Amino acid sequence: MIIIFRRLWALMRKEVLQIVRDPSSMVIGLVLPVVLLLLFGYGVSLDARHVTVALVVSDPTPRTASLVSAFSNSSYFQVEEVRDRRPAEDGLVSGRYRGVVLVAADFDAKAARGDEAPIQVLLDGTDANTARLVKGYAEGVWAKWLGHEARDHGLSPSVPVTVETRVWFNEALESRNFLVPGLIAINMTLVGTILTALVVAREWERGTMEAMIATPVGRLELLAGKVIPYFVLGMGGMALSVAIALGLFHVPMRGSFWVLGVVSALFLIGALNLGLLISTIAKNQFVAGQIAIVAAFLPAFMLSGFVFEPSSMPAWIEALSHIVAARYFVTCLQTIFMAGDVWSVLLPNAGALALIALILALITLKRTRKSLE
Amino acid sequence: MWSRIWALIVKEMLSVWRDRKSRFVLIVPPLIQLAVFSYAATYDVTDVTVALFNQDQGLASRELVARLQGSPTFAKLQVVDSEAEMAAAIDRRDAMAALRIPQDFSRRIEAGQGASVQLVLDGRRSNSAQIAGGYITGMIIDHNAQLAAKAGRSAGSTLVTRVWFNPNLESLWVVVPGLVGVLTQVVALVVTGLSVARERELGTFEQLLVTPLRPWEILVGKTAPGLLIGMAEGSIIVLASQIWFKVPLTGSVLLLYAALAVFLLCTIGVGLFISALSSTQQQAIMGAFFFMVPTMILSGFATPVQNMPDWMQTLTLVNPVRHILVVLWGVFLKDMPAALVWQSVWPMAVLAVVTLAGSAWLFRRRLY
Repeated sequence: MIIIFRRLWALMRKEVLQIVRDPSSMVIGLVLPVVLLLLFGYGVSLDARHVTVALVVSDPTPRTASLVSAFSNSSYFQVEEVRDRRPAEDGLVSGRYRGVVLVAADFDAKAARGDEAPIQVLLDGTDANTARLVKGYAEGVWAKWLGHEARDHGLSPSVPVTVETRVWFNEALESRNFLVPGLIAINMTLVGTILTALVVAREWERGTMEAMIATPVGRLELLAGKVIPYFVLGMGGMALSVAIALGLFHVPMRGSFWVLGVVSALFLIGALNLGLLISTIAKNQFVAGQIAIVAAFLPAFMLSGFVFEPSSMPAWIEALSHIVAARYFVTCLQTIFMAGDVWSVLLPNAGALALIALILALITLKRTRKSLE
Repeated sequence: MWSRIWALIVKEMLSVWRDRKSRFVLIVPPLIQLAVFSYAATYDVTDVTVALFNQDQGLASRELVARLQGSPTFAKLQVVDSEAEMAAAIDRRDAMAALRIPQDFSRRIEAGQGASVQLVLDGRRSNSAQIAGGYITGMIIDHNAQLAAKAGRSAGSTLVTRVWFNPNLESLWVVVPGLVGVLTQVVALVVTGLSVARERELGTFEQLLVTPLRPWEILVGKTAPGLLIGMAEGSIIVLASQIWFKVPLTGSVLLLYAALAVFLLCTIGVGLFISALSSTQQQAIMGAFFFMVPTMILSGFATPVQNMPDWMQTLTLVNPVRHILVVLWGVFLKDMPAALVWQSVWPMAVLAVVTLAGSAWLFRRRLY
């Protein structure tokens, strides 16, 4: 027993020395997550605020002026008044405007007669998400304006049912609050998988891995000796990411840190094992790097629910997303940061993470034995 | 001279193609990505579960509920009987939104006083929840119009929304053209990003440098495989977009290819630059990663560039993926005129010249 620990200790020391002496591992483990989180924390946002729209009023009157000011006063819109329809439409093609509000020339006359005076909103469908949000914002501004108009003219409210919206866990509707936890999950996927995939693939390439297997060291020790030092490094990167999320991006932290730690550890063990598995399959850095992108980064980006909702995907892809560990990690992180320790969410998801980690570890163990023969 | 370059191109193509694993890596993953991601990258919000807490048993509330039930957008209307159950449904992520109809709803509507309903959204998924909330609000606006019509008075004004270029807001129409840029970038970067670094590690790059080939000739030889493979893959995606995904292609195919070629040259330039700068493959892969991940995430593919802070929008002007996406969406959906396409192409052309010249310079420089 003692000899096993001494061997394991020696292996870990060797690995730590390698990490310390080769700056690239430190860069992947600590610098990469920080740089990525800073870039994405600022750059990735779904908040459509101050959307530039063109307001085409061909015949200005007091009534249209009140409509224009209703749009200008909304924090969602940045209004540019245009006389003609043509430049506004061109602006929609070039991407200068993300929406055009058209008020017809006979708007005032119709409204004064009590007829239905139409307002037309044109949206740019090449950005489907923003188009949907802008549609909602325009409806909101319009409904409010309608209410004011009715009140100013001493009429009863023409809107029978009004909607009061409350957003739980994220009152200010900051997309950053849910994107940053998602980004942490993506960063940790990258860090965990690439760290081991590339480092170990290099060892295969240089033949040092075979030399290690030839020693009396057992496979389990060999793998543990690899995983543990990188685990510590990865958790360091995680801690830095959490510090940035809380300190710089002011993401709320409503759950407890120990739960965050446990969930992250489970996820990281899985990611490191995935990296090991990739490196034993690929055995060279070129292929290992490619597989790491395809098997780890892109699924984490696309299928984790970080921005795209798995429940809205076709059934076969939704099914596929269940084997992506990042999906469970994103759910856990969003809940821990924004809602708190909701056990009915955390337990099943953490269980799935543990299961994935276990399966990957077993496969890696098996593959390492095979490659010996 | 041309035969020299030709020989080098053939050698470069062979070295990419010969290795079974790297051949596999170039062909299979992009196709899988195309199949999976074109369906996965969706901002559609469908199959939403809405928790409904109806405290009112009057006629008006039942009419409203019937309208929500008739909508195909919502998979399920989960009826709850208490505030606590409503909260639990949101907490557990069973429901993305919850609607509470207060006790006096029907009474107030019948009295013509106007009533309000409460809509609760799950902020952990605030984007999807906001869109689901938008659907509910839209239905209530329709419902209001119907109530007004029934009462025999005009609603005063109407708001008509029309979406251009993509009338049904099909995510596929946006994602598939975007993938032409994103996936070709990955392939071009991987092919070129490792080529010089691998040769350096094996020591064959020094051999190449002592041949009569000039640096720019080596550059041409190293550029060709990435360009050919990238264009081939781009063509496959464009074909798939027409045959399988049925995305409209309104603009000029010629413009599309010209812009794609400039984009690929730019990406290859970056890949070669990284490769020439690094002494090991590991450094090259890391460099490619450091370039690929930010350029993809900050390109407008997943989240709009206009939502970024101003300083970062300025920063994305050097991101080739951002420019090619404008062209791809423009040519596919907007029938973008050549003058507007040019506005996005010239920054990529400048980047291509700078990075390609820089790597040719580095080829020699790094030897000393």
